[in-house]
Amino acid sequence: MNIRLIVPSLLLLSCTGMTGIPEQRLDEGRQIAFDRNKGNCLACHVIEDGEAPGNIGPALSAIPSRFKDKRQLREQIWDATRFNPETSMPPFGRNNVLDAEEIDKVVDYLWSLE
Amino acid sequence: MAAKTLNSILSSSALLLGGLLWLLPAAPAHADPLQDQQDFRQHYRQLFPELTLPDYAEGVYAIDPIARQSWQAIEEFPPYEAAIEQGEALFNTPFKNGRRYADCLPDKGIAIAHEYPRWDRAKGEVITLARAVNDCRVDNREAPLPYEKGDMASLLAYLAFTSRGKPITITIPADDPRALAAYQKGKDFYYQRRGQLNFACATCHVQNAGRQLRSEILSPSLGHTSHWPTYRLKWGEMGTLHRRFRECLAQIKARPIPAQSPEFRNLEYFLSFMSNGIPTNGPGTRK
Ligand code: HEC
Ligand code: HEC
Repeated sequence: MNIRLIVPSLLLLSCTGMTGIPEQRLDEGRQIAFDRNKGNCLACHVIEDGEAPGNIGPALSAIPSRFKDKRQLREQIWDATRFNPETSMPPFGRNNVLDAEEIDKVVDYLWSLE
Repeated sequence: MAAKTLNSILSSSALLLGGLLWLLPAAPAHADPLQDQQDFRQHYRQLFPELTLPDYAEGVYAIDPIARQSWQAIEEFPPYEAAIEQGEALFNTPFKNGRRYADCLPDKGIAIAHEYPRWDRAKGEVITLARAVNDCRVDNREAPLPYEKGDMASLLAYLAFTSRGKPITITIPADDPRALAAYQKGKDFYYQRRGQLNFACATCHVQNAGRQLRSEILSPSLGHTSHWPTYRLKWGEMGTLHRRFRECLAQIKARPIPAQSPEFRNLEYFLSFMSNGIPTNGPGTRK
């Protein structure tokens, strides 16, 4: 890999505070979030370059600036009704739409987004 | 209170029904269909101030100009035409005992579709037009038809066609509290969250109407009962309203409920009452 590419990406890693999470895990998280039969988050959210996103929820970007920590983000995905009983967002963890490991991967992925 | 209710009846009937119906019930506070109807419409007026009540008969095409164009192109050679013809032929074919559908149904079945579902006092339940058709068959010793497509859809297509342009006219008789209870059950069903995805029908069609789920714009539920049965491109054939109900339930991974179950008939009663005054335009086409 070209050294000029490594330097900015290292900078990026350090400012999003997610050093040490392998690319592959982020990819898996992204796949779970995009897959219609898994998270299908694109049904409601714009995420990066995901195709044909809905607009029921807010665009998912700059996540670390919107949540205290990963645990709080995880709770939003586990059961959004805890924060807003009227929410349209399905309780992915509580209703076993995604398992704990899958949710953790999605959390890592979202946390990595600009 | 009485004056207010009366007022709302007057304005509702003058504006929407051309004057009739909805006999005044001694309604408990939790079940006031006319108030529900007003709130329901107010919600959509806020979301879609440019729409008039009859526009809602066009479903999502009233609010999605791009999909509307292809819809109008399809309607020039409507794919439901064959079903209307088949339905008419079926309707006029006598049963083995020599009697006909026309002998069972009010006004010989012609131009009555917009008055269904209705409350049946003797049976003590909501009777949809599909159910009335099958009741007629069974009373005449014919096997009931499956409810989601095929001959039933054709018969309903013909019957709907004879009601075209007539305003949906649903009554909840005041002198039988079971009718109001059935309405209330249908309403509760609509707002009850269910399924693995924890959606209510209202989550998508009330709360998020006009928003996009993936690339699909969500239609308002006002007018949802106006255009059935429908030729759906996705089905490649005609299907009934309850087939669509079942599909939306499956979408949210909820326990399946069969067509013409009491739950779905009560649901249709509620939704149709909300749509009172909207001209029927069945049979329809949808993507
Ligand atoms: C059917 C709609 C829907 C789906 C599917 C959905 N969400 Fe949401 N989401 C929402 C809505 C609406 C909100 C806005 C807050 C609320 O109502 O709770 C939201 C809020 C969020 C938030 C908080 C954003 C913020 O800045 O406040 C996050 C994070 C989130 N969703 C992640 C996800 C993930 C991850 C998935 C998929 C695994 C997902 N959502 C699937 C509807 C949805
Ligand atoms: C997750 C979102 C969602 C939920 C929940 C949902 N629907 Fe739908 N529904 C749709 C979509 C998308 C369509 C197709 C586009 C449109 O017309 O809205 C649709 C279409 C329909 C139609 C056909 C509209 C037409 O004009 O032909 C009916 C009727 C309907 N839904 C009823 C229901 C009922 C009853 C429930 C609850 C049991 C329900 N829906 C729950 C998303 C949903």
